[in-house]
Amino acid sequence: MSKGACKLALKELGHWMKPEKAKTSMTTYPSSAEIVSEPLGVVLVISTWNYPFLLSIDPVIGAIAAGNAVVLKPSEIAPAISTLLSKLLEEYLDNSSIRVVEGAVAETTALLEQKWDKIFYTGSPRVGRIVMAAAAKHLTPVTLELGGKCPVVVDSNVNLQVAVRRIIAGKWACNNGQACIAPDYVITTKDFAPKLIDVLRHELEEFFGKNPIESEDMSRIVSVQHFKRLTRLLDEDEVSDKIIIGGQRDENQLKIAPTILVDVPEDTEIMKEEIFGPLLPILTVENLEESFDVINSKSKPLAAYLFSENKQLQKDFVNNISSGGMLINDTILHLTVSSLPFGGVGESGMGSYHGKFSFDTFSHKKAVLYRGFTGESPARYPPYTPGKLKLLKTLTSGNIVSILLALLGFSKD
Amino acid sequence: MAEDSETKKVFDAEAAGSLMKELRGTYASGKTRSYEWRVAQLKNVMKIVDDHEKDILDAIRADLSKPEQESYIAEISIVKSSCTRALGELNRWMKPEKVKTSITTFPSSAEIVSEPLGVVLIIGAWNFPLLLALDPAIGAIAAGNAVVLKPSELCPATSSLIAKLVGKYLDSSCIKVVEGSVAETSALLEQKWDKIFFTGSGRVGRIVMAAAAKHLTPVALELGGKCPVVVDSDINLPVAVRRIAGGKWASNNGQACIAPDYIITTKDFAPKLIDALKHELEAWYGKDPLESKDLAHIVNSNHFARLVKLLDDDKVSGKIIHGGQRDKANLKFAPTILLDVPEDSLVMNDEIFGPLLPILTVDKLEDSFDMITSRGKPLAAYLFTNNKKLKEKFVKTVSAGGLVINDTVLHFAEKTLPFGGVGESGIGSYHGKFSYEAFSHRKSVLYRGFAGDASARYPPYSDRKLKLLKALLSGSVVGVILALIGWS
Repeated sequence: MSKGACKLALKELGHWMKPEKAKTSMTTYPSSAEIVSEPLGVVLVISTWNYPFLLSIDPVIGAIAAGNAVVLKPSEIAPAISTLLSKLLEEYLDNSSIRVVEGAVAETTALLEQKWDKIFYTGSPRVGRIVMAAAAKHLTPVTLELGGKCPVVVDSNVNLQVAVRRIIAGKWACNNGQACIAPDYVITTKDFAPKLIDVLRHELEEFFGKNPIESEDMSRIVSVQHFKRLTRLLDEDEVSDKIIIGGQRDENQLKIAPTILVDVPEDTEIMKEEIFGPLLPILTVENLEESFDVINSKSKPLAAYLFSENKQLQKDFVNNISSGGMLINDTILHLTVSSLPFGGVGESGMGSYHGKFSFDTFSHKKAVLYRGFTGESPARYPPYTPGKLKLLKTLTSGNIVSILLALLGFSKD
Repeated sequence: MAEDSETKKVFDAEAAGSLMKELRGTYASGKTRSYEWRVAQLKNVMKIVDDHEKDILDAIRADLSKPEQESYIAEISIVKSSCTRALGELNRWMKPEKVKTSITTFPSSAEIVSEPLGVVLIIGAWNFPLLLALDPAIGAIAAGNAVVLKPSELCPATSSLIAKLVGKYLDSSCIKVVEGSVAETSALLEQKWDKIFFTGSGRVGRIVMAAAAKHLTPVALELGGKCPVVVDSDINLPVAVRRIAGGKWASNNGQACIAPDYIITTKDFAPKLIDALKHELEAWYGKDPLESKDLAHIVNSNHFARLVKLLDDDKVSGKIIHGGQRDKANLKFAPTILLDVPEDSLVMNDEIFGPLLPILTVDKLEDSFDMITSRGKPLAAYLFTNNKKLKEKFVKTVSAGGLVINDTVLHFAEKTLPFGGVGESGIGSYHGKFSYEAFSHRKSVLYRGFAGDASARYPPYSDRKLKLLKALLSGSVVGVILALIGWS
């Protein structure tokens, strides 16, 4: 995906950098206008640990394409990539304008005290607040790519095998659920749930074998801290007895098997916090429209998914659920469409990027109006008279006939 | 009714909480989403300015002693044209935007759907009290949000009129006005809004953004700055001078965020420019500007004292070459021109926001461009010239919210141009479609069917699968075909 972003930027850069002509109106006639994209200046990109390379390089590509000087702060929780990025960027890119600062909280805090022209942050809402508060001191604009609980609503009228494969791919084949747009929980009808669970069980075994913890195709949990967090979610009283598939864990390897739970109570941590791991709660409802209330009762997620062939349900879903992005009949794939802005809303973030949106997010769109010295309206200036006001009222009314009459010296009254 | 004799209830944190709860309920009901509701509200905003033009002009005059022509042009007519434009374009703005998809997701279709952010807060400013409350509100309503307006308390007559008229003409279950000053604004800022749109100073802008950060609320901040005017010698001087003077003194007597703040011209040309300015000023305001009815007053004694302080600085007072007269009791201040004040004086460092116009002279105009941005990027920058190369260099090197060549302030009226600042002059923009977008979330939607499933996506992974995936992600059709052939 990083290669794709680079290729696109290289191909489109000439086009992106061109000013965009804007139409002008009678009000400023004669004139011409355009919107000129210019770099914001010196920008800070703070990256995260789950896709440490992509989430560092992808925003940096946008910042460079837009002509900025860039500082990248990769995540300390992925130390090997952090060091590699530092080494490679220094070796291949222009050090006078592009730098990497490695480190953790102390280093990030020191960086955040500076006055940046933009800060691009990927990570948690908690730290997103800290970044925005620091930015507020300097009136620095921010893009925050955060997270949320991405719901998957599953209807009964679907190609169940394909749907399940896509859910599994989005959840467990994506860093074992540690992705901001991974399906977090599923909602389906009480009637359909048994079928869904059966197919999930079957496909999970196809993908990861009978002993998923031993499968090479399953990522581990990133750290001891996150491992403990996830096991704590599972071991909560009302939760542990709702496990119907999986639950196995290996602390030495930091691995947790794909785990499915059914009808966990709403007030448990696992139903309130973003899971960011291989646990998948399934909520059952009487009919699918009820799922909208469930989703809307939580904060706006980064992505929301619906599997259904019912066109009306699709329409209602798009119109009534607010999320960063949405996918009908698949998961996570919208990430790869560079013509779609990728970003959150509400708790899941602000701003967006990918494709041209990356260029735009690191640019200022400067309005430029060109005039000559003709087209002067003395009615604009003092000393003010009722006659001048009348003329101006007519001119601003945009009514061509009245304008002509007024200019020719006639008026309505 | 009994309202006047009741003690006015204080709008505190509790009141702000209930207000928010009520609006969230109304918004959740979906009332603001329909095209019909938005159109009805916009038509009623139009009615407010059409049917109450006199009341509005009276209120603005009571608050600011602004000449009627300025109030009409800058406030009433712009609100009307924003309404007209929104009504004319709303259908188009509300339509999802189809976008292209590639072989990576084939078969699929995609679109970007605009949806309202939810419940939004608009904080107005005092210098154009009707415009800066209603114009953003038009965008918020067009985008389908529930809205709270907090007009400026420095214009009590206008604030109270806005509260009355909005209450009467607009849907008060979704659009509310909260009057008040620091205490009420702080109470409002503690709530979790889906967007805050603020017009005012950089100092308060920081406070607003810090409050927004607690709730991850996106903000648009329309702030200010020192808008420079660079004046070349090879121009139509009478026209240029009228446009400079118009942008400065015929705009609320310099109390406008995009009013020219200071001039830069060459040492050679300065005398001609100054003569022309003096001549025009006398034609406009007479020999005694304090007697003219066409000059707006300073908004209050605080700002009056601030301006006096800028002038009375030792290093500055000797540089006054025109004007300087003032009337404290009536808050009147004459157009004042200064020449070559020291760069470290207050008048050259603070945003003036008043009728003082310093002129700096340089040897070569190009040298001034870097100086402009070193003071913090302004909301607008102006250049008067017929020299094509100079225009190009200016547009290329001067970063500001917006630029105008050979005029001042007029870009404000051009709705196809985004109006907003950069750096110290602000975040975000509005006007026309940009107003609609400022209060919308652009949601990506990708549609797929159940065909076109690439088993290469799924574990167990293999080298062959990886090869196919690489080809798919690269978007290369040839690569995909080769990989598929190799696959089977």
